[in-house]
Amino acid sequence: MSSFTGKIWVLGDDIDTDIIIPTEYLALPTVDDMKKYAFSPLRPELAGQIQSGDIIVAGKNFGCGSSREQAPEIIKHLGVACVIAKSFARIFFRNSINNGLLLIESDLYDHVKEGDEISVTLGESIEHDGVSYPISPLPKNLTDILEAGGLVKAMQKRNGLI
Amino acid sequence: MGMTIAEKIVARAAGVNEVHAGEIHTVTLDRMMSNDGTTHLTIDMYHNKLNHPHIADPGKVVFIVDHNIPAENPKTAAVHKKMREFSKEHGIKMYEGKGVCHQIMVEDYVCPGELIFGADSHTCSYGALGAFGTGVGCTDFLYGMVTGESWVMVPETLRFNLHGKLREGVYPRDLILTIIGDIGANGANYKCMEFAGDGAHALSVNDRFVLCNLAVEAGAKTGIVEPDEKVAAYVEAHGRKAEHMFVSDPDAKFTKVYEYDLDKIEPVVARPDFVDDVLPLRELLAGDEVKIDEAFLGSCNNGRIDELRVAAHMLKGKKVHPDVRFIVAPASNAVYLEALKEGIIDTLLEAGAMVMNCNCSVCWGSCQGVIGENEVLISTGTRNFKGRAGHKTSKVYLASAATVTASAIAGRITGAENLD
Repeated sequence: MSSFTGKIWVLGDDIDTDIIIPTEYLALPTVDDMKKYAFSPLRPELAGQIQSGDIIVAGKNFGCGSSREQAPEIIKHLGVACVIAKSFARIFFRNSINNGLLLIESDLYDHVKEGDEISVTLGESIEHDGVSYPISPLPKNLTDILEAGGLVKAMQKRNGLI
Repeated sequence: MGMTIAEKIVARAAGVNEVHAGEIHTVTLDRMMSNDGTTHLTIDMYHNKLNHPHIADPGKVVFIVDHNIPAENPKTAAVHKKMREFSKEHGIKMYEGKGVCHQIMVEDYVCPGELIFGADSHTCSYGALGAFGTGVGCTDFLYGMVTGESWVMVPETLRFNLHGKLREGVYPRDLILTIIGDIGANGANYKCMEFAGDGAHALSVNDRFVLCNLAVEAGAKTGIVEPDEKVAAYVEAHGRKAEHMFVSDPDAKFTKVYEYDLDKIEPVVARPDFVDDVLPLRELLAGDEVKIDEAFLGSCNNGRIDELRVAAHMLKGKKVHPDVRFIVAPASNAVYLEALKEGIIDTLLEAGAMVMNCNCSVCWGSCQGVIGENEVLISTGTRNFKGRAGHKTSKVYLASAATVTASAIAGRITGAENLD
């Protein structure tokens, strides 16, 4: 999937991991049980509205806070095609790559409104309303992990160790 | 070209002579810590996703139950049981109820110059002893546990030169909140925050822990105070050796250098719902009164003997305000025992505080002291995110142990100097 189009949901700056999945739901048995509570402190209705293939657009420091890996897993399980933010917190960034959730750093947030449709061509650009926003490519070891579907699968492919 | 502390630690872990910021290296991990926040997920993946499940070196892995201890419902009890069974089967050392994970790691394991992965964001605390600790998710943890290795991108370093001494009534907690307020919640994203200068060396290991612990709240990969004889003395007093006391070379490359005069730092608070929304306490007090429902002293940031002493000193002969629940959770059993010997626990209880067992308590927002609709908490915990401590309409202010204790006595946010 090198190119795709989707409807966007717009969130703000500093969307933290307690917003993505509040602590009280972390002990639920599966990510599928948890995903209906995604973003609930901020927008309780959002998890039910997101459709497969939708895209989340946000401001700076998306995913700041705890190392809870349920955060990117839940976003992936909601069917979100990718998260586009001005910047990502590092643990969330790493956890997303390791779980095969695509993240793109871009200032698109400053130029869009919720419900807009955008097209993404990986490693190249985002198209919105006739304007093209360039995407810088990820380092190769990260794209290898993403393309394999996450860290565990990438390592199985690479060396069979695990 | 010279190297920073973080670069020297990664170079050692990668088995090479020199590394520089931006490079990606495969490293051998010195140690790995995982707590009951996510270990059950790691164990599930270990059983369900691997073709050849094994653990490279169980001696390097530590499991610590601290988030929901003692278990408060069957779900968390199941998490702990899973950890217990797995650790027994694989010979992994496990702690239950001995304290907050990072406090135990610093007391019992961390050595200067080590590279440590923890499945918890505040693993950056280990820089108090000159180590490179960083938080990872459970997939990274699993990979490290199985292979003994991982990959790291060498972080750039922001250098903080600290000068002079904090004034009486001002604490390292005020200093690190001030710094986070200055550089922002992503001001150190992906980077190492390195603290040095005479002001850093004047700080105790406990105080350095406070600084490094909150580095992640500025987005940092790790925080490290330049290690010195105080670190060596701490490590040796705890039965370990300080073999790799790395300091940055004179020609090391820092992305930015900040200078802080410690005598200019004043008491501050971080307002809800962002750790970087920091303002001087005096400015908050100049506005509308902020009544509180609960006060919390504890967590990996601020639950050590120094902070308990501050609280006990202020509470001697006083009472917690009748409308306030004041919850205190010592960071470890060692801290608790010391506090008992010094009579601190007596003072806290006599004043009306609730003294809990050693755990993450209120800071974690699901174990103890959860706050209700529209309630206000002032806390020495690590975060004040929306809903972090309970209901999504509740509010969390972050401050030092002194400000938290003063507020617990007054029933509203106030400073220690404003008490009768």
